Amino acid sequence: MDNWAFGITMTIVGVGGTFLTLWILSLVMDLLKKVFPLSAEDTKTDKNA
Amino acid sequence: MLESIIAGLSGLGSGAIELFSWQGLPNLVMLFVAAALLYLGVAKQVEPLLLIPIGFGCLLANVPLGDLMDEGGMLRTLYDMGIANELFPLLIFIGIGAMIDFGVLLENPKMLLFGAAGQIGIFLTLLLALGLGFTQLEAVSIAIIGAMDGPTAIYVTSQFAPHLLGAVSVAAYSYMALVPIIQPPIMRALTTKKERVVRMGTLKRSVSPTTKLLFPIVVTLVTGLIAPKGLPLMGTIMLGNFMRECGVVARLTKASENEIANVVTLFLGLAIGGTMEGKAFLTPQTLAIFGLGFLAICLDTVAGVMFGKLVCWVSGGRVNPLIGAAGISAFPMAARVVQVQGQRYDKRNYLLMHAAGANTGGQIGSVMAAAVMLSVMKGMGLV
Repeated sequence: MDNWAFGITMTIVGVGGTFLTLWILSLVMDLLKKVFPLSAEDTKTDKNA
Repeated sequence: MLESIIAGLSGLGSGAIELFSWQGLPNLVMLFVAAALLYLGVAKQVEPLLLIPIGFGCLLANVPLGDLMDEGGMLRTLYDMGIANELFPLLIFIGIGAMIDFGVLLENPKMLLFGAAGQIGIFLTLLLALGLGFTQLEAVSIAIIGAMDGPTAIYVTSQFAPHLLGAVSVAAYSYMALVPIIQPPIMRALTTKKERVVRMGTLKRSVSPTTKLLFPIVVTLVTGLIAPKGLPLMGTIMLGNFMRECGVVARLTKASENEIANVVTLFLGLAIGGTMEGKAFLTPQTLAIFGLGFLAICLDTVAGVMFGKLVCWVSGGRVNPLIGAAGISAFPMAARVVQVQGQRYDKRNYLLMHAAGANTGGQIGSVMAAAVMLSVMKGMGLV
């Protein structure tokens, strides 16, 4: 594969792949927050600490 | 007898004779480079934990006939022990993971997208390096300076272009320390005063301990399944974070962020300094690497701020575009730069927590960009 084909492929797939992965990760993190919400007990433990 | 005494004496001072001969000139120049690195580390406090061992390693490697980088020499042994097999950067990552609180990122996970935008400079620099005639593997190693993440740069370069390791590492760590100088002019040039004074409100605590505990496991699995070649990088940083969040292995967490990280940093720095031997380091390539590394960081900042402007426009002016500059891995420097720049135009504008979210997103983003690069190259059959 010549240098330009390599560079352009890496740029498109690299930038796209990084954005896509991190976007998926942000959705998973949102889901985690919904499944395990902050409870009143957690807040109380924080205040006592 | 006399002959053997004369022969024995000829061994003394041989280093000086070699150093001040024509062929010792590159070593002599590198001794000045070592002095400059030590000066930056000691007097200017530029990444001293790295630049002092690197500078001293460089000094040791360039004293002629010391043979420290030859087979069996101390620096070569350190190099083989932890750089040739990529172990040292990974051990440092465990310590970094143990030090980072991802809570602020979990408060607003969309900040991860700033961490992706802050990596665009890596890929643009890759194109520039290829244009300057570097080979594909060398170009990848140079571009990774844009990750603004020392261990990631060392991990990738030691695999693909070990002969560039000294230049890439010194460039990565030096420019990381220069973030407060490099970023502000770019941030000001790309934003209007109206954009710089956008207030973002305060973050309310919304993350449970269970979420924080599960976060490193989920990140390891998701990113590992998408880009498996980056698993050692993401896996080690998340191992450190899991130990921190689970709270039952305080001894291991402390050891990872203190003793292990300190010892490995010393060994890593010395071994990198050992690769800066005059004849190999003093090439036009080295100058090009420093130039490209600088461009990489500028391009990261440009991309981050432009992405910030886009998000500001899409959100109807609720996001301050300066936050985009924090989407790089230099933590917490980049977040502080955003806070300082924001308060320069509005003393009551508190952007720090939002910027810290983008900054921790940048830490994950830089590792992810490297992981994607490695996996794409594996897919292309290049590694």
